[in-house]
Amino acid sequence: MALMGKKAIVIGERDGIPAPAIDECLTSAGADVIYAATECFV
Amino acid sequence: MDLENQGRIKELAERYERRDLMVVLGASDPESVRLIAETVTLGDPSYAGALGGVPLGLPVYHILEPELKEQVDPEVYQQQVGMMELVLDVPKLIEPLRKIREQVTDLGGPGMGRGDAGLRPEDQGRGSEQ
Repeated sequence: MALMGKKAIVIGERDGIPAPAIDECLTSAGADVIYAATECFV
Repeated sequence: MDLENQGRIKELAERYERRDLMVVLGASDPESVRLIAETVTLGDPSYAGALGGVPLGLPVYHILEPELKEQVDPEVYQQQVGMMELVLDVPKLIEPLRKIREQVTDLGGPGMGRGDAGLRPEDQGRGSEQ
């Protein structure tokens, strides 16, 4: 799956990898993050 | 998955071409990964949210998968997720995603939601066989 040009929906996790960190990674690879949320499973 | 997120994802899947969309997860345990992945591909298994009975068929990945990692700037990757990559059991997190992606492929591949979502391959030709 090539990230370049993809519209990415990010579902991060507070106790795992939060959405802003994933957003940074995907943006550096050329993806367009259109929605990012961090969930909490407590 | 959070009910509000389900609603937003449904809206986005309606607004954008599904072949352009992907979902990337950051969950820390395999069961959470499986539940979220199932919700954005086959539909919400609990039928509690907007994606209950809505098989979007979106391609879903975890940010720790090597396939994604190799495309990310190494410095950014190390800074943002390097620590969690060491702590989490990456193969176990990825396993449910591989299974669900295989199911989606069996149902018609990524983007199966383009009008034929949820149909089994043997059902997809119906109507044109006569």
